[in-house]
Amino acid sequence: MTTATNRSAADSATAVERLIRMYRRMVAIRLFEERVNDLYTRALMPGLAHLYIGEEAVAVGICEALAGDDYITSTHRGHGHCLAKGASADRMFAELLGKKSGYCKGKGGSMHIADPTTGNLGANAIVAGSAGIATGAAFSSKYLRTNRVVVCFFGEGALGQGVLYEAMNLAQLWKLPVIYACENNLYNEYTHYSETTAGEILARPAAFGLAAESVDGQDVRAVYGTAARLVDRARRGEGPAFLLSNTYRFRGHHVGDVSRDYYRTKQEEQRWMVERDPITILADGLIERNLADRAQLDRIHSELTSEMNAAVESALAAPYPTPDEAEQDVYA
Amino acid sequence: MPEPEHKATAEHAETAENRSFSASSAVTKVRELSFAEAIREALAEEMRRDSRVCILGEDVAEAGTPFKVLSGLVEEFGKERVIDTPISEAGFTGVGVGAAMTGVRPVVDIMFGDFLTLVMDQLVNQAAKVHYMSGGTWKVPLVVRATLGATRRSAAQHSQSLHAWLSHVPGLKVVLPSTPYDAKGLLKTAIRDDNPVVFFEDKMTYKMKGPVPSDEYTIPFGVADIKREGRDVTIVATSSMVQVALGAATLLDEVGISAEVIDPRTTWPLDERTLVESAKKTSRAIVVDEGYLRYGVTAEIASVIAEGAFYHLDGPVMRLGAMHVPIPFSPPLEDATVPTDRSVFEAACKLCKRP
Ligand SMILES: Cc1ncc(C[n+]2csc(CCOP(=O)(O)OP(=O)(O)O)c2C)c(N)n1
Repeated sequence: MTTATNRSAADSATAVERLIRMYRRMVAIRLFEERVNDLYTRALMPGLAHLYIGEEAVAVGICEALAGDDYITSTHRGHGHCLAKGASADRMFAELLGKKSGYCKGKGGSMHIADPTTGNLGANAIVAGSAGIATGAAFSSKYLRTNRVVVCFFGEGALGQGVLYEAMNLAQLWKLPVIYACENNLYNEYTHYSETTAGEILARPAAFGLAAESVDGQDVRAVYGTAARLVDRARRGEGPAFLLSNTYRFRGHHVGDVSRDYYRTKQEEQRWMVERDPITILADGLIERNLADRAQLDRIHSELTSEMNAAVESALAAPYPTPDEAEQDVYA
Repeated sequence: MPEPEHKATAEHAETAENRSFSASSAVTKVRELSFAEAIREALAEEMRRDSRVCILGEDVAEAGTPFKVLSGLVEEFGKERVIDTPISEAGFTGVGVGAAMTGVRPVVDIMFGDFLTLVMDQLVNQAAKVHYMSGGTWKVPLVVRATLGATRRSAAQHSQSLHAWLSHVPGLKVVLPSTPYDAKGLLKTAIRDDNPVVFFEDKMTYKMKGPVPSDEYTIPFGVADIKREGRDVTIVATSSMVQVALGAATLLDEVGISAEVIDPRTTWPLDERTLVESAKKTSRAIVVDEGYLRYGVTAEIASVIAEGAFYHLDGPVMRLGAMHVPIPFSPPLEDATVPTDRSVFEAACKLCKRP
């Protein structure tokens, strides 16, 4: 029989493992995105790329609270969500480069990564486009009694879309296990959210009776803690929730958005990057509390760097699909 | 042919001059403008002329849209007239309809034509029907500007050409400019029209330069433009496909086939007469449009030509359009889905029975 002290020692061991795992995931996303930026600026990557740098703690903290077969839906800024839910970097890079070995055989690209094996129902390039899909997956969970929870990721820009409110209303009426995870990075493209969003954000889901909470999106421990509570609650059949994570994108709206002075100041960007970097915040916390040392964190960093570099190389070397594949997969 | 087109043609007899403006360039100053600049200039002129004209859309003010088409307008007209909206396409298009009914002349910006799916109720059930359902009493002088076109590697939800959907709906007018000159003249006409007009801009054309006179002009709806005269085959092309057709015509020249390229410029009203006359002259016709082939714009235009020129044709009217698939992301796949100079050239050779 385990004694009480043993149990709490074991609990704190898993808690530390969890923190290290979340650290690793956040660094992986950061390194992934830096490589996307590099590929894009070297004209090796076609299309659009919306980087998640600065927001890593949101996806990582929330996905940490999910089981492997729980579902997520993602957005145009989706690389972080996909990686946090367990996607592999090489197949993601391959998809971003339009290669056949990519998650969607090159058909989807950066904004449409989907992967049934990790419960990823798909990234979506229509703002709020996945509100219905996520709520529908929660409907399935209840209907089929699979007890899966669904997280619907979206930016605060999606608060402008009516379909989100129709979906939340249905979710609450039917007590569906879905978490609406709003990532408020302050800007809808090039416009501050205060210019597009009337009233209090949390008052909206609260009006439907959803459990509505907000959290510091730069603090992965806080995100995880709050998400875990809301996910458990949903899994117990107590209904949907709305989790507002306050965060910031460190880079442009997309990789090409380089002159940003007309909508936000360099000082503001600097302040967030220096004072509110989620990776630094967690690293400092771990070291301060003697849960990890710098050398260990550096090792994680260099392991992941080699992993990411190898993933890029393999994706660059991978073949494109052949043109005849364009006509495949239209129908099931 | 239904009345309105006749009327449009007759009413704007000055069109011939508009088309051949370069001839009179001694008096009219002609500059080279990009397609985007031509759009912006049309909006600026109409906003100066009529204080009821305003712009509604996402990131239209300081950002000037992601394509920078509207850059500078907010500086001249202020945020009361160049109005940033939330990401609420259905909401602000609906506001556009109501405002248009009650004295404002809104120009609504739908960043990617793919997002028209979000505003279909406002456009199809509301804007298009108000005039008719009210027995001709209410009017909806609304312009919706949207984009179309693939090959930007933007994948399935940012690359569609959905103009056929709107062309199907009575009560809407649909404009598809292919050059800076046409873009400016047609947009001014759209803004002055008392009906809802959906105005499609090809994203890949925004940077294309072309001559635009500095003097005031408008281009009437329902008047096709002959972009290139020819004898052997008529290529009817819209929007993004006009340059493709012209490219094909150059290739055809090299093998001794003289192609006539016609741009209808508006799918509704449609200048049936010009299309039919050209097909009668050349005895062969190909229709090229970037929308889907099935049930698309090419089908309608081909049937107009087949009905109007049947006894003059050497063979069936051929059609080229987007492959019937969601637009794939991967470059080699995406490139396979849209017509090219080469595929139009090959279709024309086949029609002219050349190897
Ligand atoms: C329906 C729809 N309208 C407009 C767009 C263009 N668009 C892409 S991202 C974006 C801003 C989204 O802001 P937000 O939801 O806050 O997400 P963020 O980019 O900040 O992560 C817009 C307007 C779109 N993709 N879909």
